[in-house]
Amino acid sequence: MEAQLNELKTQALDKIAAASNVKELNAVRVAYLGKKGPITDLLKGMGKLPAEERPKMGALVNVVREEVTVRLEERMAILEEQAINEKLQSETIDITLPGRPVKSGNAHPLTRVIEEIEDLFISMGYEIEEGPEVEKDYYNFEALNLPKGHPARDMQDSFYISEDILLRTHTSPVQARTMEAKGGEPIKIICPGKVYRRDNDDATHSHQFTQIEGLVIGEDIRMSDLKGTLSVFAKKMFGEDREIRLRPSFFPFTEPSVEMDISCFKCGGEGCNVCKKTGWIEILGAGMVHPNVLEMAGYDSKRLTGFAFGMGPERIAMLKYGIEDIRHFYTNDVRFLSQFQRTEV
Amino acid sequence: MLVSIKWLKDYVNTQDLPPAELGEKITRAGIEVDAVIDRSQGLSNIVVGYVESCEKHPEADKLSICQVNVGEETAQIICGAPNIAAGQNVIVARPGARLPGGMKIKKAKLRGEESNGMICSLQELGIEGKLVPKAYAEGIYVLPENAEVGSDVITNFDLDDTVLELGLTPNRADAMSMLGVAYEVGAILEEEVKLPEITYKEAEDKASSMLTLNIDSPEANPLYVAKVVRGIEVKESPMWLQQRLMAAGVRPHNNVVDVTNYVLMEYGQPLHAFDYDLLETGNITVRHAKADELITTLDGNERKLSLNNLVITNGEKPVALAGVMGGANSEVSKNTTTIVIESAYFESGSIRQTSKEHNLRSDASSRYEKGVDPNRVIPAAERAAQLLSELAGGEVLAGSVIFDQLQREEKIVNVSPDFINSRLGMKIRLDDMLDILNRLQFKTEAMNNQLMISVPTRRQDIQIEEDIVEEIARLYGYDEIPSTLPETATSPGGLSPYQQKRRIVRNYMEGAGLLQATTYSLTSEKSATQFAMKQTELTRLLMPMSEERSTLRQSLLPHLLESVSYNTARRIDSVALYETGSVFLKGQDELLNEEEHLAIAVTGLWLDNSWQGEKKAVDFFVVKGIVEGLAAKLDVELEFERGELDGLHPGRTAFITLDGRRIGVIGQLHPNEQKARDLKTTIVMELSLVELFKDQTEALVYTQVPRYPSITRDVALVLSKIVEAGTIEKLIRSAGGKLLKDVRVFDLYEGDNLEAGKKSVAFSLTYFDPEKTLTDEEVTAVHEKVVAALIESGAELRS
Ligand SMILES: [Zn+2]
Repeated sequence: MEAQLNELKTQALDKIAAASNVKELNAVRVAYLGKKGPITDLLKGMGKLPAEERPKMGALVNVVREEVTVRLEERMAILEEQAINEKLQSETIDITLPGRPVKSGNAHPLTRVIEEIEDLFISMGYEIEEGPEVEKDYYNFEALNLPKGHPARDMQDSFYISEDILLRTHTSPVQARTMEAKGGEPIKIICPGKVYRRDNDDATHSHQFTQIEGLVIGEDIRMSDLKGTLSVFAKKMFGEDREIRLRPSFFPFTEPSVEMDISCFKCGGEGCNVCKKTGWIEILGAGMVHPNVLEMAGYDSKRLTGFAFGMGPERIAMLKYGIEDIRHFYTNDVRFLSQFQRTEV
Repeated sequence: MLVSIKWLKDYVNTQDLPPAELGEKITRAGIEVDAVIDRSQGLSNIVVGYVESCEKHPEADKLSICQVNVGEETAQIICGAPNIAAGQNVIVARPGARLPGGMKIKKAKLRGEESNGMICSLQELGIEGKLVPKAYAEGIYVLPENAEVGSDVITNFDLDDTVLELGLTPNRADAMSMLGVAYEVGAILEEEVKLPEITYKEAEDKASSMLTLNIDSPEANPLYVAKVVRGIEVKESPMWLQQRLMAAGVRPHNNVVDVTNYVLMEYGQPLHAFDYDLLETGNITVRHAKADELITTLDGNERKLSLNNLVITNGEKPVALAGVMGGANSEVSKNTTTIVIESAYFESGSIRQTSKEHNLRSDASSRYEKGVDPNRVIPAAERAAQLLSELAGGEVLAGSVIFDQLQREEKIVNVSPDFINSRLGMKIRLDDMLDILNRLQFKTEAMNNQLMISVPTRRQDIQIEEDIVEEIARLYGYDEIPSTLPETATSPGGLSPYQQKRRIVRNYMEGAGLLQATTYSLTSEKSATQFAMKQTELTRLLMPMSEERSTLRQSLLPHLLESVSYNTARRIDSVALYETGSVFLKGQDELLNEEEHLAIAVTGLWLDNSWQGEKKAVDFFVVKGIVEGLAAKLDVELEFERGELDGLHPGRTAFITLDGRRIGVIGQLHPNEQKARDLKTTIVMELSLVELFKDQTEALVYTQVPRYPSITRDVALVLSKIVEAGTIEKLIRSAGGKLLKDVRVFDLYEGDNLEAGKKSVAFSLTYFDPEKTLTDEEVTAVHEKVVAALIESGAELRS
């Protein structure tokens, strides 16, 4: 009987080793350890043994059963892992396939430039003022020291709707309106918006474009304040190592008037195609608010002074991004617009 | 304004600065130098040649074989110019010479004949064709008889010169003359200005013996000076004068016209020369034109005049459009022997009006428009008389015929040094200020901390204290101004609620997958009101540049759709754009009612992940979903009501309403409209941001996260197709009472398994009680009430 038991054990262990998957191994379990299996049969057959042999035999059967069980569990663990691995293997995907696209649009490049400028000045305590695009001649010209017949009116041929109403040629009327509304109080504003001039559309001209202007009025506002403010702006927009220079110029609504150049951000001042070999790039016009403009809006120009500046977001975007044709801003070619998706931080 | 540096040196020492450096100094002091033009352009080895003989080339009709004495030898040169002839002094480029554009002259054979160099036209020396005197415009240039054979053309004829091109702002009319520029350069370089010395011999006869003068419009013409010069010979001007005019961008004509132009360039004072004999009457009368009076101007155009136009007449008929252009009937010609030189002061407004009315601008009118120096009118006339006596052999009659009521005192500006420094944020010393004013030749008296400054009449732009601040600053140097920041009370700054909401809309739209577009506000009359919800009378420009840009838009959609078509025409089939911008509606006021709108236009696929089999074309509900999401973001309750609008699909259009007001529209383009725009299915939306943003958003207070579970029951209904899901949803909500938290459509079926004219809609109803866990019985009781209400309304339960 002992020999029979050993024979059974060898057989069972061979079958366990030979089982190649969980199913086969389960069959082995049922075959040897199940209620109808040979080991159970052996235990049932113990009644025929002499009483003194029974404990010894019982122990022997239990040892065999224990060993078969342990080996079976060991084998089961291996086969289960193997089964999982096979399943995982079969589930492998091609991770180089494209992901499900997340639909995402982006701001127009002019909005991008305007908001960047707005946010810079907001951080310096400015508010944003806006005004009508269809404007009275008074606010567009007269309140800005450009009476009817003034030669500087030729500088900006305008779209009139009636004798006194026109599409604004600059965002300066917002300044005039704000001054009038503030009734002599200090002001610190930025005015962005669309403007219109009688120009034929080509690579560098557009009958509609945008402007962004700034105005500060207060006690003892000096030209040095203008220079310092513009310097902060230039460094923020075009890089920390930008230098600025002011050149005298002329605008009817400021006196003195200047134009601001920045040192070329491409060549750093050595001269290149962006700066037309001069090392400097013209960015904006500015000046101290003309006393006539202050007085017309009800300010005491002896007590309060101010500065103003104005620039073209189109020009800034063209310089910053290397855009060669102003018409791109108004054509809305998706291949152009979607290039302004990414951030530049 | 083109400034020849050689010419400029007649009046001011330029310290032999390299031209670029001089240009930079002028720019930094306030007059922008747009270009520095080297007139010699690297020319070399170009000499005066004398054509000894000139014969036809035996093999070529249009070529001549010339023997040309070039000083050291006589060279054979083949020339193709029609005006070549023996006995001429010509410009010869010798072998080895360089011409503009890098062309190099070599010995060559032309049709078998040797050619040792080239006889040049002025164009070949780099002078613009429109500046070359007419006689030589089509051929070679012929030099004066006294030109020294073999001498260097470049130095002898002043081509070794550099021209500064000044970009003048309207205030610096003073720099529209060589003398004006000389004063500016003198102030910058701290150099004196030398005025031309005017001396000439006068005849015994007086000008007034030949000419009478009447001024009928002294307000428009307060000063008129006429000089008479007789016995002149009209001919070519000497080379130096021709070269100076060409350098200044003026085409030489003859000595008389050239002198008037020269003095114009030198003094900035327009002059005009009349043929005295053609005046016929020996009289000049200045008056306003009569209605419909006619004059043929020097450009050959006959012009009908108006009462606004000031004219010079011979007492009967107009002989010139004052300050703008002369008349053809009194033009100086080869036969002229006696001339009248006019130098006058015309009021700028009058000239501007005439110039604008006749769309005629001349060197004269552009200077009068900006205002000439009243103190140069008489000297300019004298200067012209001097030059005519020198260059045209003329005899200047004694004195002038003159009318003078012109005020020309110097303007006095009082300003304190403290004022100047406080405006600039600087500490410039009084001595430095006085030095600058002295360099500008502004006579200044300093006393009691006050400067009393007499401003020369040439600087009419200097009127107030701030103008003096600028003069001091620009010559002291803007680089010297320190950088400070305004010392104002610090306020927080920021966006208004409206502006914040606009940015929320922008970010939301972009997150939803739309690209921001910007289109034009001006459109055609035809598309101005298309798709507009509130149509008003059109607003047209008085003088549009084209019909396409003649009228202000009342809807953003026509141009936004044009942008969509632009892209689809370039095979970009899926386009999703949005725009925010103003539309312009007629209101009560003379100003328009400008209303900011938001518009969307989408076409093609909304979702496209082809390899996973996911594709979704745009439809009404894609855009409706975007609007609903926006409403949730802004916390406004938008409703959608079925509607119709021209250009939109009548069955797929809804008005968007807020508090019962229509604030927008959403719909699919009408198939005809799609076809006309060459578009496939396209959905559009437009709404008023002003309306959308009207109410302040309520403060956000959190509601408790549910502590008890909710229970969902579904109900599937068979409805007539015309019954809208929204109607049923309202019914469910009212029957469901307060335990019903949410109703959602989760299935729509319209197909063969249903009776014709029917559809099946399935709703999912969510029941919830914040106070406790609902029992099945409680839910069933409410749900049965809902179902009963539905059946009562005519809906059938789908089995
Ligand atoms: Zn550069």
